[in-house]
Amino acid sequence: MAKYRGAVIVDAERCKGCNLCVVACPAGVLTLAREVNGKGYHYSEMARPEECIGCANCGLVCPDAVITVYRMNTKQ
Amino acid sequence: MTAEITEITREEHIVYRKTPALTGNVMHYCPGCSHGVIHKLVAEVIEEAGIRDKTIGVSPVGCSVLAYNYIDIDWAEAAHGRAPAVATGISRLHPEKYVFTYQGDGDLASIGTAEVMHACNRGENIVIIFVNNAIYGMTGGQMAPTTLVGQVTSTTPRGRDVKLNGFPMKITELLAQLDGTTYVTRQAVHTPPAIRKAKNALRKAFENTKKDKGTSFVEIVGTCSSGWKMTPVEANRWMVENMFPKYPLGDIKDI
Repeated sequence: MAKYRGAVIVDAERCKGCNLCVVACPAGVLTLAREVNGKGYHYSEMARPEECIGCANCGLVCPDAVITVYRMNTKQ
Repeated sequence: MTAEITEITREEHIVYRKTPALTGNVMHYCPGCSHGVIHKLVAEVIEEAGIRDKTIGVSPVGCSVLAYNYIDIDWAEAAHGRAPAVATGISRLHPEKYVFTYQGDGDLASIGTAEVMHACNRGENIVIIFVNNAIYGMTGGQMAPTTLVGQVTSTTPRGRDVKLNGFPMKITELLAQLDGTTYVTRQAVHTPPAIRKAKNALRKAFENTKKDKGTSFVEIVGTCSSGWKMTPVEANRWMVENMFPKYPLGDIKDI
């Protein structure tokens, strides 16, 4: 099991679906949802949450600061 | 949400979140706009340095004219291109404050060339943040002085022609020649490593203000996916392939 487990919470209503976080994710965790938010954007969401390592690349590249990244050390 | 995700998403496990220096307002920028990332970096640098109540920003005319809605500090709004002149006044009246301007290429490199040249030449103790996306974004994607040769814009539908429109202006290199500037650099925000480097450059620029070293000039090469008629991901790729050969990244001057 990976030493670090991560999770990403996207504020779906503020997300504009630019896709930058999906491209920046090294573990292929994120994808754009089939559903749209109130503004009609396909918001970003975790498609494969078990792969997330909490590297925070998605949070860094997000232009709208809608991503909160969590990381937990599983070896503790 | 599964129990495991609930376990991970506890307050003490947060490694990245929106900085408190950003207001909660939804930015008006198009999806994937570089302005959002740059606003975030400026807000993070100000928050981490603990200088929110000592910083005054001067916003330009252009897409970032509404920057005061998003970064929770004191702001002034300048006439088109005149942000360095307004910042000069603020900084001379309040020498203890951190004063910065935030300008696009239409604002700084075109109508505001005189102001930025002379503010840098006087060595005013301010930070100038210059966002270069090679186009006038707000008004509909017209040619800017920084538009690349051959680049299609709404006023150069057959591409920028050197005989008709001249050459792209490398304003950052010009400003590095002036004795008043202490730190002149060019950065980008297209990948996580580039974003970290850009943040370090901004931090250094604000530290120079504290040391009263003169003008720090940070150019950030950005994208305008709406003006370039591309998706944000394509725009980043286009920027790497076309903008970086003309506008190479890195420190140009650091004294």
